[in-house]
Amino acid sequence: MWERIGVILRKEFIQALRDPRMRVLLFLPPVIQLLVFGFAVNMDVDHARIAWMDMDRTPMSRELRARFEGSGRFDIVALPANEQDVQEVLDRGDAQAVIRVLPDFERDVRRGRPTQVQILIDGTNSNTASIVGSYAGQVIAGFSGAVTLAQQNARILTRSPASPVALMLPSVPAKTRVWFNPDLHSRNYFVPGVVANIIMMVTLMLTALAIVREKEIGTMEQLMVTPIRPIELMLGKTLPFAIVGLLDVVLITSVALLVFHIPMNGSPLLLLFCSALFLMTSLGAGLFLSTISHTQQQAMMANFFFSTPAFMLSGFAFPIRNMPVAVQWLTYLNPLRYFMEIVRGIFLKGVGVSVLWPQMVALVIYGVTVLALSAARFHKTLE
Amino acid sequence: MSYRRLRAVFIKELHHITRDALSLGMALAVPVMMLLLYGYALSLDVDRVPTLVYDQDGTSASRDLVKQFQGSRFFDIRGIVDGYAPIQRGIDSNKILMGVVIPRGYSQDAAAGREAPVQLLLDGSDSNTASIVLGYAETLVRNYSLQLRNQMQNSRGGQPSPPLVDARLRVWYNSSLESKNYVVPGLIAVILQIIAALLTSLTIAREWEMGTMEQLLSTPLRPAEMVLGKMLAYFVIGVADAAMAVLVGILVFGVPLRGSIPLMAVSLCVFLVGVLFWGIFVSAAAKTQLQAYQMGLLSSFLPAFLLSGFVYEIQTMPPVIQVVTYIVPARYVVRLMKGIFLKGVGIQMLWGELGFLALYATIIFLLAKRKVNQKLA
Repeated sequence: MWERIGVILRKEFIQALRDPRMRVLLFLPPVIQLLVFGFAVNMDVDHARIAWMDMDRTPMSRELRARFEGSGRFDIVALPANEQDVQEVLDRGDAQAVIRVLPDFERDVRRGRPTQVQILIDGTNSNTASIVGSYAGQVIAGFSGAVTLAQQNARILTRSPASPVALMLPSVPAKTRVWFNPDLHSRNYFVPGVVANIIMMVTLMLTALAIVREKEIGTMEQLMVTPIRPIELMLGKTLPFAIVGLLDVVLITSVALLVFHIPMNGSPLLLLFCSALFLMTSLGAGLFLSTISHTQQQAMMANFFFSTPAFMLSGFAFPIRNMPVAVQWLTYLNPLRYFMEIVRGIFLKGVGVSVLWPQMVALVIYGVTVLALSAARFHKTLE
Repeated sequence: MSYRRLRAVFIKELHHITRDALSLGMALAVPVMMLLLYGYALSLDVDRVPTLVYDQDGTSASRDLVKQFQGSRFFDIRGIVDGYAPIQRGIDSNKILMGVVIPRGYSQDAAAGREAPVQLLLDGSDSNTASIVLGYAETLVRNYSLQLRNQMQNSRGGQPSPPLVDARLRVWYNSSLESKNYVVPGLIAVILQIIAALLTSLTIAREWEMGTMEQLLSTPLRPAEMVLGKMLAYFVIGVADAAMAVLVGILVFGVPLRGSIPLMAVSLCVFLVGVLFWGIFVSAAAKTQLQAYQMGLLSSFLPAFLLSGFVYEIQTMPPVIQVVTYIVPARYVVRLMKGIFLKGVGIQMLWGELGFLALYATIIFLLAKRKVNQKLA
């Protein structure tokens, strides 16, 4: 039996690696995804492009501008002079926000009269908009606090010049500590997710196609007249891609650690073990696709309808927490969701089996069920 | 180029499409289904952040602060705990995102007019969600701090002083800051790109694999006619998909359409022509349907999803990759869609994008024609 499996294994490897284009397709998508998510995808808002409209033009308004520039979070990219410029700068998307200092800003502040600084935000990207808004609010609040304090101190000093008593007023500052990803780099969040995506992409698709191709070009009949048994054929067809999948995990993890310096806080062995658990589901699903399709085209279409929702609803790019409750329930049916949580948990949080066991159990249940079902179907379609 | 031969290819290809009812149904139903599913699911709105509170102080003053968090729609207080361990466990297992720790002596410090810091512990794994949560929490605490200060001044007989300089936020284009208004227009573009590439990427590879290409070769059909005819057949489906997608966006998701409908129609059509040609080019370049499909998917899905500015802003990418995005057609159509939908801007702002899409379609047409020509020779 093992000998026959070995033969099939060799045949599959030769077939997969013979075609130069196939070789490229095996390794190019992982590399592209990794590079794009490592280098390109950046949801951090560290240099928000703002336009500065100063209608006051006083030392105080310039001080406020200096605070914005000094915060390191804003780049002033335009200085609109009138309403039309403001409209245009936002319409074009040149600036994400326009800060407008109204006339008489300094006079009002000096007289202690409450005044406002307008922030016009391009809300197209709701996400960036709310981050930019809260950063700008912080800068202005800081400015306001400093000015208020200075004025109060000045008032006290003028009232009783001899005793420099500071006003005793409470303040509740928020001391924030961010765990796991203290610099809030989105790269640390995305790159581990790529590991999960790629292993699914590679194994599901290749398994399904490897079998359907034999059916389509008629070599399946030839295989069936050999003494090989269905279980051996199945193992021979899936094991090569399991090996490719695990190699991909090692490869991507190494690149993540060495090139992107993603922290790996948990155990690499656990990661590999969980990858193997996930592989059961993804190879099983590949087998299943091969039993429902007669042509490669059908297999590809089926794969597309299978893996795109799995990708979109895995929490990879869009947090599951934000989805409508009904869709959140739907994500429990998605094995990739569990694997995504495991991968991120191991990389970023450094958690182990004690925390991740529910996800691991889910993967085992999925893997066994899917494999058993597909194996049964596969058996039947062969006969 | 002969109109008759062009029509013949067009009709032949339409027969191919309509004969296979299942594939046709999928080609028409899938974009709408994708839009419905993802339009609802892909939300970046952050609210009801699951939070645990560790109140070491346990006084009425600290409970007052907790009430602030409970009253905010951005936070969902999942419980009051006594210790760091439940917070640690909650964050480890993704049950909560934030822990608020009010230290012992908080009320005394506040009453004495000293600094009374509050600790926020935040799961930073998802940096984007974390920065938004951070913004909410810091704003809440800051406002509370001001409120406290005013009360104190009041009770001492001083005048309450509102903050001297206040930030007045006004949000344009998407004033409710709902991410669906941002996601759905871009999603329409991405879905169209994927469907278009999938539809055509198999069309020539299939003729080769099934051997019908030889039959086509023996006819007087010219490459340009073949490419154009095939494209037109799938264009019909693409336009139907686009129309349905836009309708779903407006009617189901309630995305405001502020710009001109004809401009949107023109942009989508030009875009469709370009990506359909691209699919044909890929199909002609590939040897087998498998390769055609993979190359088609790889060259459309990933760039459309990642490099188009659909959710990931192009301006924050490194310069090298920003340059790459210029050759991704989805980049332009995403800008067009967002501009027309949300900003309601017209052709004078968007002619550059439209022009590029037209140029792209022309170049890819020429490339596809040449590729088919090489194959025929």
